[in-house]
Amino acid sequence: MKTKTILACAAVAALAALAAPAQAEQVPPPALKWSFSGPFGKFDEAQLQRGFKIYREVCSNCHSLNLLSFRNLGEPGGPGFSEAQVAQIASEYKINDLDDSGQPIQRPGRPADHFPAPFPNELAAKAANGGTAPPDMSTLAKARTYSRGFPWFLIDMVTQYQEQGPDYIAAILKGYKDPPPANFKLPPGGHYNEYFPDHNIAMPQPLQDGQVTYDDGSPQTLEQYSKDIAAFLVWAAEPHMVQRKRVGFQVMIFLIVLSGLLYFTKKKVWSAVH
Amino acid sequence: MSGPSTYQPQNGFLQWLEKRLPIGGLIHSSFVAYPTPRNLNYWWTFGGILAFMLGVQIITGIVLAMHYTPHVDMAFNSVETIMRDVNYGWLLRYIHANGASMFFLAGYIHIFRGMYYGSYKEPREVLWILGVILYLLMMATGFMGYVLVWGQMSFWAATVITNLFSAIPGVGETIVTWLWGGYAVGNPTLNRFFSLHYLLPFVIAGVVVLHVWALHVVGQNNPTGIEPKSDKDTVPFTPYATVKDSFFMAVFCILFAWFVFYIPNFLGHADNYIPANPAVTPAEIVPEWYYLPFYAILRSIPDKLLGVCALFGSIAILAFLPWLDTSRVRSARYRPLYRQFFWLFVIACLGLGWLGSKPPEGWYVVFSRIFTAYYFGYFLIVLPLLGIFEKTKPLPNSISESVLPAKA
Repeated sequence: MKTKTILACAAVAALAALAAPAQAEQVPPPALKWSFSGPFGKFDEAQLQRGFKIYREVCSNCHSLNLLSFRNLGEPGGPGFSEAQVAQIASEYKINDLDDSGQPIQRPGRPADHFPAPFPNELAAKAANGGTAPPDMSTLAKARTYSRGFPWFLIDMVTQYQEQGPDYIAAILKGYKDPPPANFKLPPGGHYNEYFPDHNIAMPQPLQDGQVTYDDGSPQTLEQYSKDIAAFLVWAAEPHMVQRKRVGFQVMIFLIVLSGLLYFTKKKVWSAVH
Repeated sequence: MSGPSTYQPQNGFLQWLEKRLPIGGLIHSSFVAYPTPRNLNYWWTFGGILAFMLGVQIITGIVLAMHYTPHVDMAFNSVETIMRDVNYGWLLRYIHANGASMFFLAGYIHIFRGMYYGSYKEPREVLWILGVILYLLMMATGFMGYVLVWGQMSFWAATVITNLFSAIPGVGETIVTWLWGGYAVGNPTLNRFFSLHYLLPFVIAGVVVLHVWALHVVGQNNPTGIEPKSDKDTVPFTPYATVKDSFFMAVFCILFAWFVFYIPNFLGHADNYIPANPAVTPAEIVPEWYYLPFYAILRSIPDKLLGVCALFGSIAILAFLPWLDTSRVRSARYRPLYRQFFWLFVIACLGLGWLGSKPPEGWYVVFSRIFTAYYFGYFLIVLPLLGIFEKTKPLPNSISESVLPAKA
């Protein structure tokens, strides 16, 4: 028994020694507070509406949102636009279509339409952006992360920390430094960003203080913008999150009650043979 | 309590059927009257949990396949459509994706339980080998399912894994081209993976039937590792095992639901939410967590062919376990030395799992090699020798003797 303990301790110590060397160049972004984190988290409708405004006025100039339709904006658990607002927003977009004789036309959008992309194809997107196509934003908040390392990845399982994506996106938007630090050699066409892996990002700083006008009195600062757009992108990537967590709570209660009942049934049944 | 003859059909129809197809008797003798050792602990509930998980994966998988499009240009978006526009599609997809992880988790516990209590030993060799075959089938099925998502990690995992076969001297490249159905991972690859991913679960189900059949011939092992000797040592499967399995299955579902509803992407990789792009290689290509120990073994060996041999050898060696372990005592309870080597083996597997997620450089490689050496050493050196040199503790006379005095 003693040998076992010693061996186990030695193995754990060896693993801990392995965990020590810093591996990635990536600076971990600060963990922010999000209304949608945790088992009862919900999106803040006003925040999603502000985030949508930023997407529409700034991001959408280069980034597509191919997987979303206008109707999603009015669906429960999202930004909470009314049916009329959704129809209004959709109609402000121009959608490529064909008329009855097969000729290409542009018509006002309808709620069922997908968000139109800023570039007709990937080559055009590359050509207009110095050789790198701006990524589609539909799943961006789930497609970006940073390494949490040992033992955090185990703790995250219990605390349900899974906001690496929005933390990273918000940090990137605030992470630009011009000029870059003296000892950093920035390749031509690149921009220095503290949180981007290797610090050389193709996208120029997209948001500045005061750039987007808010109608709800929220501060028009880069700090606020970065959180609002990150929250919007989480919703865009996971539009059913609120429903998922709500159903999850119901399922949990059911399973805990079921387990309890089965436990006592088991005790009763087995009492005869013990 | 045991034996097929105790089944008495309750009504006329069942009596009529029993004379023509004795399926009622089969079910009764297999899942009702079947005698199970009275001292089974909760580690023995994972067989039932695995059967349940197979059912969950097949049912969710069939519905997902109704909405999925196996085409390189549409696969990723069709998965997203399931997540966004299919009613409760997000639930089906998250159950299926996390269900694979839960399936493997239960599988690993089941395998380690078998190793700890010596469940692979005579007369259960065939039962054990069928289990190894099931594990191999699960790995193939899980891998192909992961590719179907057609994200970046799907594509590059498919590229890396299929490329392993190129290490075969002479015909390697030809085999890889044949596997791909082209000169790179592409639409033919995705199509055949979809076809096989749909087929293999039913092959698994077939082998499960053989596994359960073999189990019911030789009977279950138990924590003492000694065979039941009298009726006092066993209880009928129903209600005793049924209710115990049901309880623990419900507890297992709590863990499952925690992942599905609260951290559904925790076990996945962020890069798989980027559509597959053959022109961009991800910073690091990492398989799903359940393959990581084998990935670490592969990368710990500098030579490609030898690495591939070690990878497949590390799984194949499991099939020889009944003959590599020379001890006549089954359960680790009565094998003080074996117990220590066993837990070291578990640590080595977990360590390899963690190392598999790390880049193959510096100390990571050193420790991967140490653990890999231990992994093979455990089977090839420790187990054959232990059986000869280990002084085991005295075994109890019977199962009931081992359980009942403690209660008194």
